[in-house]
Amino acid sequence: MLNKTGVPSLSLIKTKFPEQNKLFKAKAITECYEEIPCNPCSTSCPFEAITIGEDINKLPVVDFDKCTGCGICVYSCPGLAIFTVALKKEKAIFKIPYELLPYPKVDETWKAVNRDGLVIGEAIIKKVILKPKQDRTLLVEVEVDKNLLYDFITIKE
Amino acid sequence: MIFKDLVIIGGGPAGLSAAKIAAEAGVSCLIIERDPFLGGQLIKQTHMFFGSEKQYAKTRGLDIAKILIDDCLKHQDLIEIMTSTTVVGLYKDKVITTLHDDTYNKIKAKSIIVSTGASERFFAFENNDLPGVYGAGAVQTLMNVYGVKPADKVIMVGSGNIGLIVSYQLHQAGVKVLKVIEAASNIGGYKVHASKIRRIGIPIETRKTIKRAIGKDKVEQVEIVSLDDDWNIVDNSSEIIDVDAVCISVGLIPQRNLLSMIDIKTKFIKELGGIVPIINEDHQTSDKDVYVCGDVSGVEEASSAIVEGYYTGLIAARNLGKEHQDFKTLNIDYKNQLLNLRSGPFGKKTLKGLEIMKEDANVK
Amino acid sequence: MRIKEHPILTFPEKKKIWFTFNGQKVFGFSGDTIAAALHALGVMTLSHSLEMKRPRGFYCAIGNCASCNMIVDGIPNVRTCVVSLKEGMVVKTQTNKGDLNDI
Ligand SMILES: Cc1cc2nc3c(=O)[nH]c(=O)nc-3n(C[C@H](O)[C@H](O)[C@H](O)COP(=O)(O)OP(=O)(O)OC[C@H]3O[C@@H](n4cnc5c(N)ncnc54)[C@H](O)[C@@H]3O)c2cc1C
Ligand code: SF4
Ligand code: SF4
Ligand code: FES
Repeated sequence: MLNKTGVPSLSLIKTKFPEQNKLFKAKAITECYEEIPCNPCSTSCPFEAITIGEDINKLPVVDFDKCTGCGICVYSCPGLAIFTVALKKEKAIFKIPYELLPYPKVDETWKAVNRDGLVIGEAIIKKVILKPKQDRTLLVEVEVDKNLLYDFITIKE
Repeated sequence: MIFKDLVIIGGGPAGLSAAKIAAEAGVSCLIIERDPFLGGQLIKQTHMFFGSEKQYAKTRGLDIAKILIDDCLKHQDLIEIMTSTTVVGLYKDKVITTLHDDTYNKIKAKSIIVSTGASERFFAFENNDLPGVYGAGAVQTLMNVYGVKPADKVIMVGSGNIGLIVSYQLHQAGVKVLKVIEAASNIGGYKVHASKIRRIGIPIETRKTIKRAIGKDKVEQVEIVSLDDDWNIVDNSSEIIDVDAVCISVGLIPQRNLLSMIDIKTKFIKELGGIVPIINEDHQTSDKDVYVCGDVSGVEEASSAIVEGYYTGLIAARNLGKEHQDFKTLNIDYKNQLLNLRSGPFGKKTLKGLEIMKEDANVK
Repeated sequence: MRIKEHPILTFPEKKKIWFTFNGQKVFGFSGDTIAAALHALGVMTLSHSLEMKRPRGFYCAIGNCASCNMIVDGIPNVRTCVVSLKEGMVVKTQTNKGDLNDI
């Protein structure tokens, strides 16, 4: 699937998630399935929670016990392949990278979109962060239904 | 005639990096660039780059260009820069003919580094000469350098990294990318790029190709067809789509026409993108005072072009009698960086190409 | 068609400059190449092929392919994708090899 359409299978996606009981706090999910020469996720994490190692082609591995869900790796990944997620009651709170216009605004309701680019529900915009060090990649915190945990990936106006 | 120790032809990442290190070693050099500005392909790259910190990973391509240019401007005493100047002739006695506006000039160099990059491959299909059929790089130049919207509705042919990234950048500029088609059975570029464009609603369809463009004075429609595993067109698979532009990104070819003027030995190495100059470990061609680095010696990435540039600048300076004060450490560091960049599945191709090259370099 | 808003790039206002295209007075901006200015005006046909007189637009935009050759200030075969626009330039579609007697 991934090789032909760019969409990873559900079983592949799940390999990047921790047990759901770890998601009471936000954790980084690195959707990076292929060895490419790249390591900013690992070098940008202030908590040394992502390891790639000497050979920068290796896949990133997240230590979920060390990850604080700060979101720095989310806007540092050139592949826009990282997000964080936490579960709060019936909701999943995602922090995603976003580089398109128009920018979302807090409290707006946007469409929740899956990896196929299809609308799968609603996404409520909770925070929109853009600091100079993010270098024009927005960090958007959104709330979606908990059952979209493995499906949600981005937002659409 | 102007006399120079080291002339660098092409001011992209490879050429700029070579100039920086050569100047650090104390060599006076001249960079000749055809475009009105330095930076090569980088100036139109709005996305963050891969690699590691040493090659400015996670920095946007156009900002990497600024860093490399600033590095050169720090050595203004040693680095001279000519922009809007094309090298049109290269002779065996190291004489270079340049063209600026309408004026030709001659420059004689002791050593020359050729870092002219690569050019886009053409692709044969019916009506591929209609206005509206563009190279993907051309579309990028139009929108990211000149701020001109190339079209409203496009189809992208080719799913290598360039096809995928340019699709993303078209979307950012407000252009609708209807789909990306790929003749091979798998996506060619990095899957993170593929996923990134798939989620914003751009489908990627493999085993499809463009049969013809349709239109009178410009592209109005395209016909695409499916291919079977033997690359034959599948019956009744034709699909006509309304578009106002077709973007072609089916690969790059090393731009070595200057090298052929001085009969540099070359070889066809598929893994490196086509016909490339045969070089030794020191990036010397069959003429030992002519060096090459970057995409002209094998199509790769900016990250490796930068490191190759540093390395070539280091060696060329030493051979001109100016050894860099950190020669030994840098020499090892650059080799390791290149090895590291090339040690994954994508880099294997380059390594294989370089192995094939070695066989010839040693015969010499 | 100029891009007005972009998530990564900014396109500051530039000086408007006039030139003529096939005899008509038109405008571009300083910093444009001739081909970019024409494209922004919706002009896609820059030349015609030698034999069949088929329309040609630009292809590479970096001076490699010659498909954007035009007659500029009386000089044929100018690669308009790399030549900067200057005020008062006289730009014409080229329909042959660029015979100097023709202009
Ligand atoms: C769409 C796209 C996306 C890319 N994304 C990435 C990425 O994410 N990461 C990455 O690492 N790499 C990326 N690359 C690849 C990278 O841009 C190139 O590998 C790199 O620019 C090669 O550097 P170079 O210096 O060899 O050549 P170039 O950058 O092509 O520079 C060559 C220079 O030589 C000049 N020149 C040519 N002929 C002459 C002449 N006769 N006289 C004077 N000057 C001349 C040209 O004008 C040009 O400025 C991308 C490329 C493209 C097109
Ligand atoms: S979210 Fe923060 S702590 Fe967790 S891996 Fe990313 S950068 Fe490190
Ligand atoms: S920065 Fe992103 S693309 Fe690069 S290795 Fe890490 S997760 Fe993968
Ligand atoms: S478009 Fe190729 S030379 Fe101008």
